[in-house]
Amino acid sequence: MAIWLTKDSKVIVQGMTGSEGSKHTRRMLAAGTDIVGGVNPRKAGTTVDFDGAQLPVFANVADAMRETGANVTVIFVPPQFTKSAVIEAIDAGISLAVVITEGVPVHDTAAFWAYNVAQGERTRIIGPNCPGIVSPGASNAGIIPADITGAGRIGLVSKSGTLTYQMMYELRDIGFSTCVGIGGDPIIGTTHIDALAAFEDDPDTDAIVMIGEIGGDAEERAAEFIKANVTKPVVGYIAGFTAPPGKTMGHAGAIISGSAGTAEAKKTALEAVGVKVGKTPTETARLMREIMSAG
Amino acid sequence: MDLYEYQGRDLFERHGLPVLAGGVATTPEEARAIADRLGGRVVVKAQVKVGGRGKAGGVKLTEGAEETVARATDILGMDIKGHTVHKVMITVTADVAEEYYFSYLLDRANRTFLCIASVAGGMDIEQVAAETPEKVVKAPIDANTGVDAATARQIVTQAGFPAEVADQAVEIAVNLWQAFVAEDATLVEVNPLAKTAEGGLLLLDAKVSLDENAAFRHPDHEALVDQAAVDPLEQAAKEKDLNYVKLDGEVGIIGNGAGLVMSTLDVVAYAGERYGSVKPANFLDIGGGASAAVMANGLEIVLSDPAVKSVFVNVFGGITACDAVANGIVQALALLEQRGEKVTKPLVVRLDGNNAEAGRAILDGANNPLIQRVDTMDGAAERAAELAAAGV
Repeated sequence: MAIWLTKDSKVIVQGMTGSEGSKHTRRMLAAGTDIVGGVNPRKAGTTVDFDGAQLPVFANVADAMRETGANVTVIFVPPQFTKSAVIEAIDAGISLAVVITEGVPVHDTAAFWAYNVAQGERTRIIGPNCPGIVSPGASNAGIIPADITGAGRIGLVSKSGTLTYQMMYELRDIGFSTCVGIGGDPIIGTTHIDALAAFEDDPDTDAIVMIGEIGGDAEERAAEFIKANVTKPVVGYIAGFTAPPGKTMGHAGAIISGSAGTAEAKKTALEAVGVKVGKTPTETARLMREIMSAG
Repeated sequence: MDLYEYQGRDLFERHGLPVLAGGVATTPEEARAIADRLGGRVVVKAQVKVGGRGKAGGVKLTEGAEETVARATDILGMDIKGHTVHKVMITVTADVAEEYYFSYLLDRANRTFLCIASVAGGMDIEQVAAETPEKVVKAPIDANTGVDAATARQIVTQAGFPAEVADQAVEIAVNLWQAFVAEDATLVEVNPLAKTAEGGLLLLDAKVSLDENAAFRHPDHEALVDQAAVDPLEQAAKEKDLNYVKLDGEVGIIGNGAGLVMSTLDVVAYAGERYGSVKPANFLDIGGGASAAVMANGLEIVLSDPAVKSVFVNVFGGITACDAVANGIVQALALLEQRGEKVTKPLVVRLDGNNAEAGRAILDGANNPLIQRVDTMDGAAERAAELAAAGV
């Protein structure tokens, strides 16, 4: 088992016929993901060939769900269309929407999130500006390379894509239940806390790696959550100790504002609740390795 | 993107909000023309994106063109907390009876927007909130329903705005929200929102941040960028679509993915502590597809920083295969040589992940004495710091 994405997940791709969408649909299929179709109103009724797999294109998410039983959508549409694509997915009542698109205006993200809340949060949204979610050996929804690691019993939640890959690689001999890249935008659908809660409840996850970075106070709030709710061991890593204040470091949300959002504050908050925080990704992996080998 | 006060004032004016008449000057002569146009008593304010300019002598009241020119001359070129003043805003003055506070901002924790309002304005709102929290209203705003007259009325009443300005405060709250949304702002802050002796409300200061992700629907926002204040290397990188931030160190950094690059800076800084405190010289994320052309552009930017003594290329091959990255590095060095920019600084390269073995073999096969291959991130950071220290 895993969290949110399993071998039984039926996945559709919004933006499947675009260049990024088609490239990653092919990769997800190769990773064993059960992709059942795509959405593009202008190409509805056609099929697209992916190395022999004929995937139907539907006019909208609701049609795709009705025809295929899809319960997960991966969204690759350009930033100016992302808000309406997510709202379409919410309206259709899909369980999980993984928003890969980078560069979505924060007013648009705030709007689709508020809309999701108003609909009773039927849809779990991951992202935007995230690499997606992979349950190794079961399913892969997004752009995380599927072959870095196999299945195992570590859960991983991270704001950063490449640090996710790095951590999966460092611990590839142990393996992961699920790796979730939540993205580094100022407003995101799924938070560290959501993933920590799900891993805590997942019988197939024994320990959790949490990767954060400068900006906001999500890691501090996650620390409070861990103290109150998480019994499984958690190892942390925070990037951005040397980032100067007032500068956006790649991710739209990775910015120290005044004295708020520093890496030091996040590390201190996590350590105060007993989370071991590695100084480098490699040291963080070593801390996790010690926990897993202690059984 | 943070705006200067005068840009915020102009933005407020465009959205029908009451601001003081004024203009912006980059020279004393321009200041004279504005003072002549406005007439009477004016205020000259240094335009810097940092607080505390009043205490630093960057805000002066003047009477008449001669005095305005004299004060503008003093303030232009002044250094305020490391920021050189290149512009002054000159406005007419207001007879202020009371000072309030009003802002809309992004509330990351609650995944929505927040309105902060207080009748205790004119000072640091965080201090007011800490000392007298009862005087500060923090109202979450639903991103879809926004701020209509009824919502604004609730906020204004709850904050305790006096009855005689309440209607006008409601109107300002609604218009300011509409400006916040229409401009894709992440912050609009008015401190003070002043009640004048005549009883009207005026927005006397403007702090505005705009969302750069929304630039595609605001072609006019590009003109708000202060080109003179942009680091020339950051500008050159932007023109090449590279995500580069200049820092004050000696080890040039190139990596893929924002988180990994931030992490690389940290790891280099730790290693640097053992080598004469050398530090990372920049943040540079070349993104997913590290082609030879992108790598050459990246190397060119990083190496044109004269402070750089060594370069650390840190790539984890996810979707991009390491052999492609290695070819990119080798070709980039050749490309730079063709452009007449022969590379002389050592390059420490760490490749891991997808096709790492093939990538490493390509680097070894290139037999380029400038390329040093180290297979772990921590080890490579150590080597890059050591080389930078030796080159200083």
